[in-house]
Amino acid sequence: MVFGTEGISKSFGGARALHDVSFTVSAGDVHCLAGENGSGKSTLIKIMSGVESADSGLILLGEEKLRALTPRDAVAKGVQVIFQDFSLIPNLSVAENIALSTNVLEKRILNDPRRNRDIAAKALDLIGVDIDLDAEVRSIPVSSKQLVAIARAMNQGVKLLFMDEATTALTRKEIDHLFGVVNGLKERGVGTVFVSHKLDEVQEIAKSITILRNGVVAAAGHMKDFDRRAISVAMTSLDVNNLGLVPAIPHDAPTVLEVDSISAPGSFKNISFSVKGGEILGITGLLGSGRSEIAEALFGVTHITSGVVRVNGTPVKLSGPRDAVKAGIGYVPQDRLTHGLFLNQSIRTNVMASAIERFLGALGFVRRKHIQETVTQWIRNLRIKTDDPGSPVTSLSGGNQQRVVLAKWLAMSPSVLILNGPTVGVDIGSKREILEIIREKALDGMAIVIVSDDIPEIVQICHRVIVIHQGETGAHFEASDISEIRLYEELSA
Amino acid sequence: MSYITPIAKRKGLQLWGSPNEIFLVIAIAVLSLVIGFSNSVFFSIATPFDLLRSSLIEILFALGLLIVLVSGGIDISFPIVGIFAGYTTVVVMLHYGLDTYSLWIPLVIAAVVGALLGSVNALLIAGFGLPTLIATLGTASIFRGFLLSYVGSAYIANIPLGLDQFATADLISVETATGTLARLHVLVIPTLILAIALAWMMRRTMFGRTIFAIGGSEESARRMGMNVRWTKARIYILVGALSGIAGIIYVSLQRVADPYALAGTELGIIAAVVLGGASIMGGYGTVTGTVLGVLLINLIKDNLILLGIPGSWQRAAIGLMLLIGVVSQAISDNRRLKQAGTVTGEDKP
Repeated sequence: MVFGTEGISKSFGGARALHDVSFTVSAGDVHCLAGENGSGKSTLIKIMSGVESADSGLILLGEEKLRALTPRDAVAKGVQVIFQDFSLIPNLSVAENIALSTNVLEKRILNDPRRNRDIAAKALDLIGVDIDLDAEVRSIPVSSKQLVAIARAMNQGVKLLFMDEATTALTRKEIDHLFGVVNGLKERGVGTVFVSHKLDEVQEIAKSITILRNGVVAAAGHMKDFDRRAISVAMTSLDVNNLGLVPAIPHDAPTVLEVDSISAPGSFKNISFSVKGGEILGITGLLGSGRSEIAEALFGVTHITSGVVRVNGTPVKLSGPRDAVKAGIGYVPQDRLTHGLFLNQSIRTNVMASAIERFLGALGFVRRKHIQETVTQWIRNLRIKTDDPGSPVTSLSGGNQQRVVLAKWLAMSPSVLILNGPTVGVDIGSKREILEIIREKALDGMAIVIVSDDIPEIVQICHRVIVIHQGETGAHFEASDISEIRLYEELSA
Repeated sequence: MSYITPIAKRKGLQLWGSPNEIFLVIAIAVLSLVIGFSNSVFFSIATPFDLLRSSLIEILFALGLLIVLVSGGIDISFPIVGIFAGYTTVVVMLHYGLDTYSLWIPLVIAAVVGALLGSVNALLIAGFGLPTLIATLGTASIFRGFLLSYVGSAYIANIPLGLDQFATADLISVETATGTLARLHVLVIPTLILAIALAWMMRRTMFGRTIFAIGGSEESARRMGMNVRWTKARIYILVGALSGIAGIIYVSLQRVADPYALAGTELGIIAAVVLGGASIMGGYGTVTGTVLGVLLINLIKDNLILLGIPGSWQRAAIGLMLLIGVVSQAISDNRRLKQAGTVTGEDKP
């Protein structure tokens, strides 16, 4: 039995997501599907599980070669995906989470708790795990939730199991246990595909690997023929565009932001760095390493329990975003939709939101004319594509929305700008322009901190990079040392 | 696998599901003692009988609301759906000369009218995906306006014979020490049966489990292959029918059909259901807790005066109970999650 794809291509609008992608997994094998964010991994999973249909190419499921399939077909033919959120129901028991989908599939009207428990016990037994069947799912640890999701997949007759970023949230011990379970699946003839951009652990267990880059297969073969470096090279495109083209910082540039061994229990500890005017510092690390929390701490969202933050030499107390704004710190959050924008407000209101105090007249009324001029200027500066600043911000594309978030903070002329994942979910063209704008602002003397797991982006724009490991400062890279390969190696160390 | 946190196995038959229900029983007992010692009139067989009688209608409404809350929604149109169905049934029966002793005819008409009104909510919520609070806030006003302008706004004192007679159908009547009759209405039996049936439906049918699943995570329920929309539609139609039945029984017990009745009762019933342990965020709630919640609220409502608190404080007291219910849920949720270590921070190094 062989599963996989044959020459799959898929475009969204004009953007190519996958081009002529082929890969195969045999029953009982473990395969690794690797690639950076946006390389096409998720699109491939969606096509295999029937959520999206391919423009051309075939899906291989054992004897069958199919042009397209529905989600229901995919499940019936044994394809299951375990997403990072596991798709479990938190208020139901372990037994019900495993058994209810079987009941739905069998179109049952009644629910028999004893039968549910039998089904669940059998499924957990198949993968050799013992979890309390009556425990509420929300009260069990992440690793157990994952095992419950695997048991549920077993129950639905899984033949090909995709696991999306399966090891990211697990401890080493839990990963070993998960691999034990996956070895059991192998014996039962289930093909497993680990989909990940964190590779070191998966390397131990996978037999073969396919590496995607920009929607095409960059490399494929037996796992034993690849070492960490070879994988990193294949994952990163080494075209000229991605070489760091960072303007030098003047030697006499003053230090604007100084961070002196700050800690926040449970998130990070003893983090120190400084950023000069005109300098762009990159902070990177894996999901859960604490990189995001550091960014939030500098904006007063996460509270630090020790250490000092100085802006232009003056210590600032950061007990909330208001303090940060007052100290001249701007923050572009990771999730612009929930934290960065007033979604139902106009572009104009969004741009002015954090600088509103600058536009107050003598009696505290807003000076509309002044606002109009400033907004028009920012729309021109940041090349936001809109005819009418009064139209809702939701009418813009992701890239343009992100520019509005940037404009909102640039309008208050901060001395320090912190950007958390500034180009997440933004198309390539916009990404380039946004990075260009950030570079311009640095030239104007702003101190900039970029927190991101987008390695190519970090390499393109940063003067210095620090890597965060489990909440502590790991390696430190200066100008010419910064390269994608070295950063990837450091990240997976 | 030693690192898989062992979770205490539940013991025994679990007659009283949650600590919340035990707490409610204790609260009712303690409150009864307090009221009784400050006014000995309270210690009479008439007290529980009266409490049950005044709670029956609210229990019917509350059971419907429980289903909605468990699914993660809220309904504030149910009192108007109830009186709409009750009043319309009386108008229709009188208009067509159906002044019979039958109880089934009005019950069926009211349930159908209620289900029709409920299907308007269902269409808005399941069909168009409107937020439940806004949808039912809107329909509540529309239903009321429609009732008063098209069905009638007059107070009807001569309700059909069957309904009128049912008002005095007692299961038990006992002469008390003071010489008055303490009466327990026959309605406690069908209400009890309905409560048991609903509890069974919530636990033992896939419809019931889907309601819990939607309340826990709508997206996951969908990914498990459950028909989320159709389940939601059925919930609001079912709640409409239940409210209709509650409405006609209310008319019967009052022995008059007043289209202005029941307005504003939603607050007390929402408070009772929440106090009974149903989560305002969805996913949790029990029939036992709901019934106890209604009894506790009514015990307080009916006896404020005996405790020397002016009746004008009634609504404030109910509001307070609602807040107590929500706050105690938040606290116990937090504690439970902290014990399990799933509050933020757990996945971080």
